[in-house]
Amino acid sequence: MDITRLTIHELTELLREGATTSIEITESVFKKIEAVEERVNAYITLTKDEAFKMAEKADKDIREGKAGALSGIPVAVKDNMCMKGVKTTCGSHILENFIPPYDATVVRKLKEAGAVITGKTNLDEFAMGSSTETSYFGVTRNPWDLERVPGGSSGGSAAAVASDECIAALGSDTGGSIRQPAAHCGVVGMKPTYGRISRYGLVAFASSLDQIGPITKDVEDCAIMMNGIAGYDANESTSVPEKVSDYRAFVSRDIEGWTVGIPKEYFIEGIDPEVLSSVNNAIKTMEALGAECREISLPHTEYCVAIYYIIAPSEASSNLARYDGVRYGFRQKGEEDLLDMYKTTRSSGFGAEVKRRIMIGTYALSSGYYDAYYKKASQVRMLLRNDFDEAFRTCDIILTPTTPTPAFTIGEKMDDPLQMYLSDIFTLSTNLAGVPGIVVPCGYTEGGLPIAVQFMASHFEEGKLIQAASAFEKNAGFARRRPEL
Amino acid sequence: MDYEPVIGLEVHAQLLTDTKIFCGCSTKFGEEPNSNTCPICIGLPGVLPVLNRKVVEYAMRMAMATHCRINERNTFARKNYFYPDLPKGYQISQYDHPLAEMGYVDVEINGGKKRIGITRIHMEEDAGKLIHDEEQPLSYVDLNRAGVPLIEIVSEPDMRSPEEGAAYLRRLHEILVYLEICDGNMEEGSFRCDANVSLRPKGREKFGTRAELKNMNSFRNVQRALEYEIVRQRGVLEKGGVVVQETRLWDDYQGITHSMRGKEEAHDYRYFPDPDLVDLSISKAWIEEIATTIPELPMEKRKRFVGEYGIPPYDAGVLTTSRALADFYEKVAELCGNPKIASNWVMGDFLAYLNENKLEVSESPVKPEALADMINLIDNGTISGKIAKEVFEAMWKSGKHPQDIIEKKGLKQMADAGELEKVVDDVLTANPKQIKQYKAGKEQLFGYFVGQTMKATEGKANPQIVNDILKKKLSE
Repeated sequence: MDITRLTIHELTELLREGATTSIEITESVFKKIEAVEERVNAYITLTKDEAFKMAEKADKDIREGKAGALSGIPVAVKDNMCMKGVKTTCGSHILENFIPPYDATVVRKLKEAGAVITGKTNLDEFAMGSSTETSYFGVTRNPWDLERVPGGSSGGSAAAVASDECIAALGSDTGGSIRQPAAHCGVVGMKPTYGRISRYGLVAFASSLDQIGPITKDVEDCAIMMNGIAGYDANESTSVPEKVSDYRAFVSRDIEGWTVGIPKEYFIEGIDPEVLSSVNNAIKTMEALGAECREISLPHTEYCVAIYYIIAPSEASSNLARYDGVRYGFRQKGEEDLLDMYKTTRSSGFGAEVKRRIMIGTYALSSGYYDAYYKKASQVRMLLRNDFDEAFRTCDIILTPTTPTPAFTIGEKMDDPLQMYLSDIFTLSTNLAGVPGIVVPCGYTEGGLPIAVQFMASHFEEGKLIQAASAFEKNAGFARRRPEL
Repeated sequence: MDYEPVIGLEVHAQLLTDTKIFCGCSTKFGEEPNSNTCPICIGLPGVLPVLNRKVVEYAMRMAMATHCRINERNTFARKNYFYPDLPKGYQISQYDHPLAEMGYVDVEINGGKKRIGITRIHMEEDAGKLIHDEEQPLSYVDLNRAGVPLIEIVSEPDMRSPEEGAAYLRRLHEILVYLEICDGNMEEGSFRCDANVSLRPKGREKFGTRAELKNMNSFRNVQRALEYEIVRQRGVLEKGGVVVQETRLWDDYQGITHSMRGKEEAHDYRYFPDPDLVDLSISKAWIEEIATTIPELPMEKRKRFVGEYGIPPYDAGVLTTSRALADFYEKVAELCGNPKIASNWVMGDFLAYLNENKLEVSESPVKPEALADMINLIDNGTISGKIAKEVFEAMWKSGKHPQDIIEKKGLKQMADAGELEKVVDDVLTANPKQIKQYKAGKEQLFGYFVGQTMKATEGKANPQIVNDILKKKLSE
C-alpha cells in the first residue's frame, strides 16, 4: 500500500491503531517527493530535518495519548507564510534569502496540532498570478499533465497534494489562488471567510482580500484542517472573534431541502463545453441529493474583474513598498545614492507581473485618480457584497463553475495578462465580498484534466460548505482519483 | 506696502505610553539602537498592526483639552513614501476621518487674549532615525523610535506674528505636559514643530504663497525662524519677486532658513485606508470616561490661584508652569494658611534650589509639609525671615524638619525683651561716637544700631523688639 495516497482521516486512524507511525508516513512522503519532485517542482524549500523531528515528537505524543488534531500528518505550507528559521521567499528574487524570526499564526497552529511540516511550496511571485509561472524558482507542473500549469498562485500546494508529496497543504487565496489550482489539480480547496483564519505571518499581497485556507484530498480533510487553523487571533485587527464550529461534524450530513442558487452571470459565453457540462451534471447531483437548484442573479458580477484589478494592485503597491533593500532581502549592489538603490533593487528584485501590479496600483492611488479608481472600486465592492447578502437571504449556498477552462498549457497565457486575469473570473467575487468558497472535483475532461464545482456560502458558514461539498463528493463519484506520475 | 504675516503650526507630540502604537515594544528613549524593536515595528514581511488603546485615550485627552470635536468614526490611512527610516514604506496615520477636529486654544498676547483655531488632531506612528557616519561614509538605521505614538496637532492659519506663534506653541506644550501625555522634551524630539508662513498685503483676505519651515528644535528657534522667514519673504515681495512654495530648513547656527533642495516637487503620498486596521469607533461613554481624567489646565488654574489665593497674576503664572509645581504650591499654601508667603517661598528659594540642582519638583528633598511648617514658624515668631533662609538651606541639605534644625543649631529667635535689652546696651556702650551723631540728627544711623544688634545675636534677635528697645533707649 502506498500510504502517501491516504487522507488525513485515514492516516489518523492508522496512527491511532498503531498500524503505522508518523516517521513511517514522513519517510514515505519524502520518498515520493524524491521520486516525482523533479518533474513537478511543487516545493521551493524542503524542511526534511525539521519534519523528522516533528514526526518523532508526534509519535511520542500519540504513544502518550496527547495527540493533536493533525498529529503526525505531513503538511506543506505555501511559501508566503512565515516559518521561524526557514526561508520564506514568496517565490521572489527579492526575498530569496529571507529567513523570518517568527512563525505565522497558522504555522504555529499547525505545529501545535502536531502536524509534520514538509516544506514550503512554490507560488506565483508574491501570490500574483494564476499559473505559478511567475515564480522566481521555476514553474510548477500539473501532475495530471506535466505540460500544463497547476493553476495559481498556490500551484505548488495544489500540485503537492495531487501528487501525494504531502497529505495536505496550506494555500492563500486573494482572488482564487487556492480554489483555481485546487480545481486544476483535482483536489479540494477552501477559501474561508475573511477574518476566519489569521493572516498574521502571511506575507501580504492585498490585505483586504487575502485569506489562508486548506488544500486537501477530500472534504473531510478540509474540515480537519479548518478545525486546526481557524479562529480568532489577537495579533490581527481584522480577525473576527466569531465562534469556530467543529467543521468535521458537518461531514456526511445530508442537504435535503436546501436551496442552491445558480447565478446566471456565471454561465457566460466562452466557458469550455466540458467544464459547462460537468458543472451542469453537478447541479443534477445536487438535485438528486434533495436540494432545490434555482437560478439567481448577482447583478454586479460583471464588475468583479475591474474592481479586483484596482483594489488588489493598489493594496499590493503599498504592501510591497517594504522590499526596498534597506533591512532584509535582496539589494542590488553598486548603488550610487539612495534613489538609485531603491530603483535598481526593486527593478531587478521583482519580476514583471509584480512590477506591473505595483505600477497599476500606484497609478490607481495617485492623487487625482484615487476617487475615480480606488474609491469607486470600494463602493462597487459594497454593492457586490450586497448582492451576496441578498442571495443568501433565500439560498443556503451558491453553486458556480470554478474556472472557465481546465488547466491551460505552460506559457499559453504568459504574454497575455488579460487572458490570465480572466482565469479567476469566477473566484474573485468571494474575496471581494469576504464570503467563503470551496471547490470539489466534479468531473474530468476527455483528456483527463480535472474540473471542479465551486460552492459559496454566507459569512462564517464554512460548515454549510463542508456539508454541501461532502454530500456532493460522496455522490458525484470523482473523489480520490490520482494522476499517474 | 505693509505686509501681514500669516502663520499656521503643525505640532508632533510623542505620547507617553509605555509601549508603541501598533506593537508591544517599549517606547523608552536612549536605548541601544534597534533594541526596542520586534518583527512588527521593523516591518518584516507578514506582520500586522494592532492599535494600542492607550494611544487613543491620550490623544482624546488632548482633543478634549483643546475643545475639539471627537469624531465617532476614526480610520487609519497609509501615507506612502520611501525613506530608509520608514520600515514599511508607508506611515500609518489618519487622513479622511481623524480623531478630532475644530478645536481651539486661547493664548495671552500683550496682555490680551487671542483664540487660535485647531483644525485637527490625529494619531500616527513615528519613523526611525538615521545616523550618518560621514567618515566611512555609511548610514545606519535605528528603529527604536519607529512605531512610537504621535499626535499631530494642526492649527488654523490664525497667527499673525512670531510672538503669537511662540505663545500658541507654549500653550500647547503646557497643556500636553499638564495632561501627562507628553514629556514635552524638544531636544529629544518628543515635541516637534513645523511652521507654515506666508505674507499678504495688509487688509487683503487672500493668503500669499507659503513656505514650510522645519528643523526648529526649541521655542526660541521657532520664533527666530519665523522672524527670519518673514523678513526674507518681505524682501522677496518688495523686490517684486514671488515666494516659492517649498520646504525650508532652519539653520540654527547661521540663523537663516534655506531651501531643501530636490524636495520642491509636491509629494504624492497616495493616502488610502489601511486595510490592516478596522475603523475605530469612539462611543459617547468612552469620551465621558476619558473626560474624567482631564485635570485642571494651566489657564484655569492660574485664574483660580489669583482669585482664591490673592496672589498676583505673574506669581500665578510662575507657579502653574508645571502641574507638579502648582500642586506643591497649593499644598504648602493650604497647610500653612498663608498663600502669599507660601508663594514667595515656592517661587523664591524653592525654585532657585531646584534649578540650581537641576531637580524635578518630585525630587525635592524639601516636602510641602516641611516648608509649610517653616512658614508657620516665621509666622509665630519662632524664627525671623532672615534666619528662615538659613533654615531652608539646612532643610534642603539634610531633608530634616525645620523644628529640628532650629533646635540643633540654636536658631530660635531671641524674643525675650530683658535679654535683648542687655545686648542693646552692650551695642550702645561700644558705639558712643555713633550715638552722638545720631542724637545730632543723623537718624539713618538707627539702622546701624539694629544691624549691630542683629550681628551680636547672630541674626536671631526679633527685629521688631530690637527696634522698640532701640527707639526707647536712643530717645532717653
